[in-house]
Formats: sequence, structure tokens, C-alpha cells
Amino acid sequence: MTTPLHTVSAVQQDRIAFRRRSAVRSVLLAAFSTAVVGTLLGVLVTGAPGWDRVRQSFFDPRIAVDWLPEILQGLWLNVRMLVFCALAALALGLLIAVLRTLRGPVFFPVRALATLYTYSFRGLPLIIVIYLMAFGIPGLRLQGTPSVTVLGGAAIVITYGAYLAEVFRAGIESVHPSQVAAARSLGLSYRQSMRFVVLPQAVRRVAPPLLNDTVALQKDVGLISLAGPIDAIRAAQIGVAQTANFTPYVVAGVLFVLLALPLIGITDWVTLRAARRQAGGE
Amino acid sequence: MVLSCTDVRKTFGSAVVLDGLSLDVGEHEVVALIGASGSGKSTLLRCVNLLAEIDDGVIRLDGEDITDPRVDPDSVRQKIGLVFQSYNLFPHMTVLDNITLAPVRVHKRAATAAREQAMEWLDRVGLADKAGSYPDKLSGGQQQRVAIVRALVNSPRLLLLDEVTSALDPELVGEVLTMIRDLKGEGMTMVLATHEMGFARQVADRVAFLDQGRVLEQGPPAQVLGDPVEPRTRQFLARIIEAGRL
Ligand SMILES: Nc1ncnc2c1ncn2[C@@H]1O[C@H](COP(=O)(O)OP(=O)(O)O)[C@@H](O)[C@H]1O
Ligand SMILES: [Mg+2]
Repeated sequence: MTTPLHTVSAVQQDRIAFRRRSAVRSVLLAAFSTAVVGTLLGVLVTGAPGWDRVRQSFFDPRIAVDWLPEILQGLWLNVRMLVFCALAALALGLLIAVLRTLRGPVFFPVRALATLYTYSFRGLPLIIVIYLMAFGIPGLRLQGTPSVTVLGGAAIVITYGAYLAEVFRAGIESVHPSQVAAARSLGLSYRQSMRFVVLPQAVRRVAPPLLNDTVALQKDVGLISLAGPIDAIRAAQIGVAQTANFTPYVVAGVLFVLLALPLIGITDWVTLRAARRQAGGE
Repeated sequence: MVLSCTDVRKTFGSAVVLDGLSLDVGEHEVVALIGASGSGKSTLLRCVNLLAEIDDGVIRLDGEDITDPRVDPDSVRQKIGLVFQSYNLFPHMTVLDNITLAPVRVHKRAATAAREQAMEWLDRVGLADKAGSYPDKLSGGQQQRVAIVRALVNSPRLLLLDEVTSALDPELVGEVLTMIRDLKGEGMTMVLATHEMGFARQVADRVAFLDQGRVLEQGPPAQVLGDPVEPRTRQFLARIIEAGRL
């Protein structure tokens, strides 16, 4: 704390001036190097022998404008799938993680099944799960089989649930046993201790990796196009087939990045905040 | 008797920590547990609170065998308060929420009533201005006083205190000890494991010396601490004096 009357000593003024000079110097240096790298890249790409052909088949503005509405319409499916799948996968992951913490012989089958699930689905490529669910289940010809879109979404939920379960489990295990002892000593049941003491701390600690997996999920939602529903990627694919030009793919790619930006921003913010809290600040 | 331990045995693998220990604690009585580090003081308190399962013997609370497997441990713990050496406050909750968690969730009290009662307690121990703070913004002594309040709002029959001042800087020990002394004045039945021999002498009605898994010697503080019968008690106290803690 400095009192209002405090006059900064000559030594400290010297330090402040030095830090300011260094800061200005690094900003200038950064601006200069960015300009150099940018120019070099630009010259390299646009000066390449095949640039004109690449520009025509990947960056055709007319085709981009023509196909934007269809792709946007497809993207709406991706957005809905994303919200639903992310929430469902988070819930499933949390449930599995909690089941795996249950102790005692009565819960052995539950624990074993939960473990088997996380082991198998973390190893299984998502594409295979989508194919199995979206084409295998309708093949059974059962009454009331859900649509291919729902089945594809379920494949994403099941696969990501396994990853998220492991993240949640790491969080639960990071909470010190003395916290559970304190909760139980107050008369809280196992469930209450989990709900009010362990899980809130666990979720806070693993929020950054959870969000990171959600960003990955939002990208993989595009894979349901493999099963047939017309999402942004499928719409772009149709565009590519009809125009014999790759521009619709680029449009879809840009839209996916834009869709991911808010979530990535939130992830960075949460990670930064967690790191700061770890460092002792608030 | 509020608490009655009879022939209690507790082992960890091949290590026998409590080996036929017996100890009685009467209503309004304060018993200080002393003994070398590793003599089983914490283990005994954890067994009484059913956080650890005993391997033989009987523990009774108000005459009821609480070590009977048919007894619901949650309902037993609701009647026994336990305060830890390392406070173990919940870091994601404010001081007030730490205190009201059990009254609201376990004892199903109305949130406003629980909050009022918590504020009264905080006021009494001079921490009313910390009600909205998170535990990491409090000093060790303040955290420990909150932990004691958190146990007290459940109106326990018996309060177990496990070296509640061991983690504190010397100048913060006094505020916690004052609080315990006040509790004794109100008639709270307590068992406290402690390294503070001076405090045990002042506040305890009886001192019990734990050695090799049993209570080797017990009696009024002046006798056990001043003129012990057993040679091993003497040895222990001599070491404590050497370390400058008497
Ligand atoms: N969970 C445990 N697992 C294995 N050994 C333990 C455990 N808890 C305590 N012990 C052992 O029991 C003995 C008594 O420990 P403790 O009750 O903490 O002693 P005190 O509180 O008197 O210092 C020590 O030897 C300790 O290593
Ligand atoms: Mg101990």
C-alpha cells in the first residue's frame, strides 16, 4: 500500500521508465515480425504456379454466395445436434463417473459395466460407432426405430460420454478424502457428500478439459453427414458435386470455425481463471 | 456415560493401532487424549465417529452400541461433532454456507433459521464480518473457529477435537483455545486429542495417556501430568518438556 503522500523514489522511477521502454520495444518488434511473416506467406501462396487454378476451384465468390443458404440451413441441424449432444454427453459422463466411484460388492456389476463402457468407447473410432448405430440398428427392422439423425446423435453422445466420464472421474479423484470425511462427520450421507461437497469442487477443477472436449464434439457433429442427414457438410458435398467446385466445402469450414469461436473463447477464459485461482489470486 | 469404549481393537493390515482400548466419558466431562505421535489418538476419534470401522470391541453413545452394523452411521454422526487438525472447510462455499450445510440438508431446518443461528454463532466468536468470505481468505485460527462452529450448530451430544491447534501459528492458538474453554463452561462433553499440555491441564477434567494401543494411565490433569505413575508416561512427558511444550 502506498499512502497518498508517498513520493516515488528515484530508483523506482528509473525501474518504471525502464519497464516502459522495454514494453514499447517488444510491441514494435512483434508488429514488425508479424508483417514480415505475413508478407512472405502471401507472396509464397499467390505467387505459386497453380494459384490461379486453386483460387478458381476453392475460392469462387459466386458459388460461395449461391450455396451459402443451403449450407446455413444444414448448419442449423449441426447447431441443434451440438447443443443436444453436448448436454447429453456431459450428463452421461457425469453419471458414469459417479457410478465408477461406488464402493462395496453390491455395486460390483455397475462398476464393472461402467468401466467396460469407458474402456471400449474411448478406443472405438467415432465413424465406426456412427455406422453401426445409423445403419445397424435400422437393419434390425424393429418397430419405432428412431431416425438416422437421432441414431447418429446417440453415437456421438455415447462416444463422447466415455471421454467426459474419464475427465469427471479425474476431477472427483482430485478432491482430497478429508473433504469427504468432513462432510460425513457432519452427518451428510454418501450421496449428499458427493452432491454438495465433492462434485462442485471436481467440476470446477476439470471445467477447462470438459469445455475442450465439447469443442472437439462440436466439430465431430459434422460426421453425422456420413449417415445421410443433410447437415452443413452434407449440403456442401451436394454443392461440390453439382458445381464441380470445392468452394462450398470452404464455406462450410469457415462456418464451423465461426460456430466454434464462442466456445473456444469461453474455454480460454475459464482456463485462465482456473490458472489464476491455482496461483492464489481470485 | 455419554461415550463408552470397551476393548476397542483397530488394525491397519498387520499394524495394531488400538489394542483393547477402553475409555469412558461422562456427561459434561472434558477428556484430553495425550500420547506420542502415531499412538492412535486420531484413529480413536475416527472410530468413535464411525469414519473408520473397528475390528473388535464395542463403542456406546448414550448406552447405544453404535458399532452394531445394524445402526445407521449417518444418524450416529449427526450426534457427534468432529473437528480436524486441518480444518477441512469446504473451499467452494462461503463461511456461512459451510456452517448451514448440515443444518439445512441433514437436519432439514429452514434456510433462514439456519442462517440466523449461524450468524449468532459467528457473532459470538467475533467472525460475523467473515460470513460471506471464502475459507482461503481467512487465517488458520479463523478457519478453525469456523470449523468448530460448523460442528456446533448441529447441537452434538459429543464433540471430538483432533489436535485443533497443531496446524496454527503460535499467536493464533489462543483464540481457538479460548473458544474451547467457553464451550466447557457451557457444559459441552468433549474428547480432545492434544499436544498442548498446558491447555490440557487447564481445561480437561481428566487426562488419558495413550500408549501401545491402550489407555495406559488416566486421571486428574494434575496427577497424570504432574506425578504420573507409569514410567512410560514419565518418559513421554520428559520428551515433551525437552521440546519445550509444557
Ligand atoms: N488409513 C490408514 N492406513 C494405514 N495406517 C494408518 C491409517 N491411519 C492411521 N494409520 C496408522 O495408525 C497409527 C496411528 O495413527 P494416528 O491415529 O494418526 O496417531 P496420532 O493421531 O496419535 O498421531 C500410525 O502408525 C499411522 O501410521
Ligand atoms: Mg493425529
